[in-house]
Amino acid sequence: MLQAKINQLLTEPACAHNHHHGDKKNRSCSQQAKPGAAQGGCAFDGASITLVPITDAAHLVHGPIACAGNSWGTRGSLSSGPLLFKTGFTTDLSEQDIIFGGEKRLYQAIKEIAQNHRPAAIFVYCTCVPALTGEDVEAVCQTAREKLGLPVIPVLAPGFVGSKNLGNRLAGEALLDYVIGTGEPPTVGQFAINLIGEYNIAGELWDVLPLFAQLGIQVLAKMTGDARYEEITYAHRAHLNLVICAKALLNVARKMQERYGIPYIECSFYGIRDMNDCLRQIARHFQSEELTAKVEALIAAETQKLEQELAPYRAKLQGKRVVLYTGGVKSWSVISAAQDLGIKVVATSTRKSTAEDKARIKELLGEDGIMMEGEGAQALLDVIQRTKADMLIAGGRNQYTALKAKIPFLDINQERHIGYAGYKGMVTLARELTNAMYSPIWRQIRQPAPWEVDYE
Amino acid sequence: MSKVVTTVKPVATNPLKLSQPLGASLAFLGIKGAIPLLHGSQGCTAFAKVMLVRHFRESVPLATTALTEVSTILGGEENIKKSIEVLLEKAKPQLIGLCSTALSEVRGEDVAGILKTCNFPIPVLYVSTPDFCGSLSDGYSRVVEAIVKTLPQAGALNPRQVTLLLGSDLTPGEVADLKQLVAAMGLTPIAIPDLSTSMDGHLADSYQGVSTGGVTVEEIQQAGRSAFVLAIGETMRQAAKLWQERFQVPYALFAGVTGLEATDRLIHCLMTWSGNTVPELYRWQRRQLLDALLDTHFYITGKRIALALEPNQLSVMSHFLAGMGAEIQVAVSPTRTPQLEHIPAATVIVGDLGDLQAHGAGADLLITSSRGVPIAKALGIPLLRMGFPIFDRLGNGLRSYVGYRGTMQLLFDISNLFLEAEGH
Ligand code: SF4
Repeated sequence: MLQAKINQLLTEPACAHNHHHGDKKNRSCSQQAKPGAAQGGCAFDGASITLVPITDAAHLVHGPIACAGNSWGTRGSLSSGPLLFKTGFTTDLSEQDIIFGGEKRLYQAIKEIAQNHRPAAIFVYCTCVPALTGEDVEAVCQTAREKLGLPVIPVLAPGFVGSKNLGNRLAGEALLDYVIGTGEPPTVGQFAINLIGEYNIAGELWDVLPLFAQLGIQVLAKMTGDARYEEITYAHRAHLNLVICAKALLNVARKMQERYGIPYIECSFYGIRDMNDCLRQIARHFQSEELTAKVEALIAAETQKLEQELAPYRAKLQGKRVVLYTGGVKSWSVISAAQDLGIKVVATSTRKSTAEDKARIKELLGEDGIMMEGEGAQALLDVIQRTKADMLIAGGRNQYTALKAKIPFLDINQERHIGYAGYKGMVTLARELTNAMYSPIWRQIRQPAPWEVDYE
Repeated sequence: MSKVVTTVKPVATNPLKLSQPLGASLAFLGIKGAIPLLHGSQGCTAFAKVMLVRHFRESVPLATTALTEVSTILGGEENIKKSIEVLLEKAKPQLIGLCSTALSEVRGEDVAGILKTCNFPIPVLYVSTPDFCGSLSDGYSRVVEAIVKTLPQAGALNPRQVTLLLGSDLTPGEVADLKQLVAAMGLTPIAIPDLSTSMDGHLADSYQGVSTGGVTVEEIQQAGRSAFVLAIGETMRQAAKLWQERFQVPYALFAGVTGLEATDRLIHCLMTWSGNTVPELYRWQRRQLLDALLDTHFYITGKRIALALEPNQLSVMSHFLAGMGAEIQVAVSPTRTPQLEHIPAATVIVGDLGDLQAHGAGADLLITSSRGVPIAKALGIPLLRMGFPIFDRLGNGLRSYVGYRGTMQLLFDISNLFLEAEGH
């Protein structure tokens, strides 16, 4: 069952990863860590990134302590209301449970959460050990659903089936199979859309939602940043899906098109160009003159405001050279954001990028741009040195690699506390880049020690 | 004796427990040029790495054998060999610390047997650290025991050399303080492991894919010639015993070195062993501590305190605070150890942070990791961050609560929290 699902996801037709492989499996999704490497998260990690932002649901990790104990409460998704998603639940399987099977315990755990916390739904993550011992997590969830009268959703994404990316998709499948289409919205406006693949890291969503509100665009369901469970149940009533900066959940968009006839467009909230482009694409889709006019007016107003606000930062950032080290689509969306500020992106990773992404990156970077396949910290430092970069923009795991090499650094990943989306985020990004690059500490850090100086 | 309650429940809510491989990795990081290698699937390593990086704000070398579903079922022998080859070539380590996970243990692989058939140019230490039992301090202790069993080499005893076996509760700053004290008493300390020069936060000259500080493999080998062993932390008892059996030298065990009496005992022990008197610096620090005890006791006496920490630290802190006249309202431990029975607390629970929240209401102070922040907020109680992980405070590597000076710091930190809560 799971294997069938995985094979299907690995050949996801909407994913450009697959366009060039024929019926061979998708490389990026099936990409496994190599022995001896320190690579990214597992499929379970990816699944929880995708689903945990649903704020009024309980998220129960079924497995021994490593999976949940080492991971709960570390992500930066924010909520405007319920906080249940912040609670770490795990069955914390012991040796006994593993020998005798943990299904009973799982059922008891679900029951206890249902009684004590009254969640809107319970997501149950099956991790490696119960997957290996062959527990029937789906059946337990089914029983619990019937007996407790509450949505209990199995998420079959044990870490060892693959990368974070695959985990995102498996989570998407769980939404498709168990959530989307099970409810009805109170009202559906003229321009109703869903956001797919936006997790409200550092509250980023809150800099974008007001723009939609201003334009009269109704965001029916957010998948899944600051979402309530219920809104996802009626996502199938939207007129358009916006896949935000994440190939990972394309399976959701494509299947929603298939099942409910909802078209989708891909866009990014990072950078002025991409944000403008996103709003224009929506207007084009709805073919409403009124909406188009509103969008153009908004873009004009925001552009004017930005010109003023960004001017002092642009003056300082113009011509600076940065190396970008991040995964997937984010590479090109951040490149265009950096370029909007006059920054030169001299190298970027294309670790999780598709052929399409790569073509786009190539176009954005120009001839001299270096594309790294993700060879680890040492290679990254070499590139920084070779390109004489002024700064590294990457995820938190590489932060200390950069700092130890005395290179300014900006974090753009899951754990950060600052939002960079939308027009507002652009100003924040400019400010943060300037602060990092111009900190007076860089001069001090590079100063020789008193005993290294010849005083004569 | 206190009554230890193990809460029987099917679900852990906000777990306090951490995985054994995480603790084991931490111990290996105290060896210079070492790299921990977790025998499991990639996620186990990624999660452990993120935790360590965020706590210490340091780059942390950590590798995975990258088990997949297939290799888990068929056996991970190839993955182990391949990983070690790759690491030898890429990171040029002095030692590889191979730790099992739940995944590799469920299959029941004979890793020790596999390693026997290989011939590596550096020590590859294997420790069994399944996630389904124990917590951080257990994984850590197992590494120290594995080191003691294999690396130190016998030789003519050096009467001035002391081996320090240091438990997982000690921060790099605390390890540094203890080493300094031992050295000040005219003895040469070899700390195993030694986080004081690896996870303390220092700027190295170039990037390295291995631990950039710590005790060297050579020093550990030399440690076999120590005439005396000082073990800090009940979790080091087994390692100390093993040492005694191997080298027939005496050991002294201290659960912790926080508090006037505990520090006095340690110094007395060092005086006896070295035959030296105590340097003026420490005499003066003791006077400062006496004054601090007087100044702070107004704020601490009679206060109710709720703690959730790994067992040894829980016990040490509870005794210290009770010794200050505080009342331990509840003490929560992630795992059960005999030490818990002696904790001077109304209630001792083997459980999670959900238990701390349930039993901590009405306390004047909470002591636990950063994961206690939401509880402290919900209950409106000040929080002293201690243990692991601490995400929202800087300087976790260098903070010290041991010795006269460290105890003083702890007293001030606690009292300042009370002062702030009282709105002075
Ligand atoms: S790889 Fe498996 S066992 Fe390891 S953290 Fe991920 S789900 Fe848990």
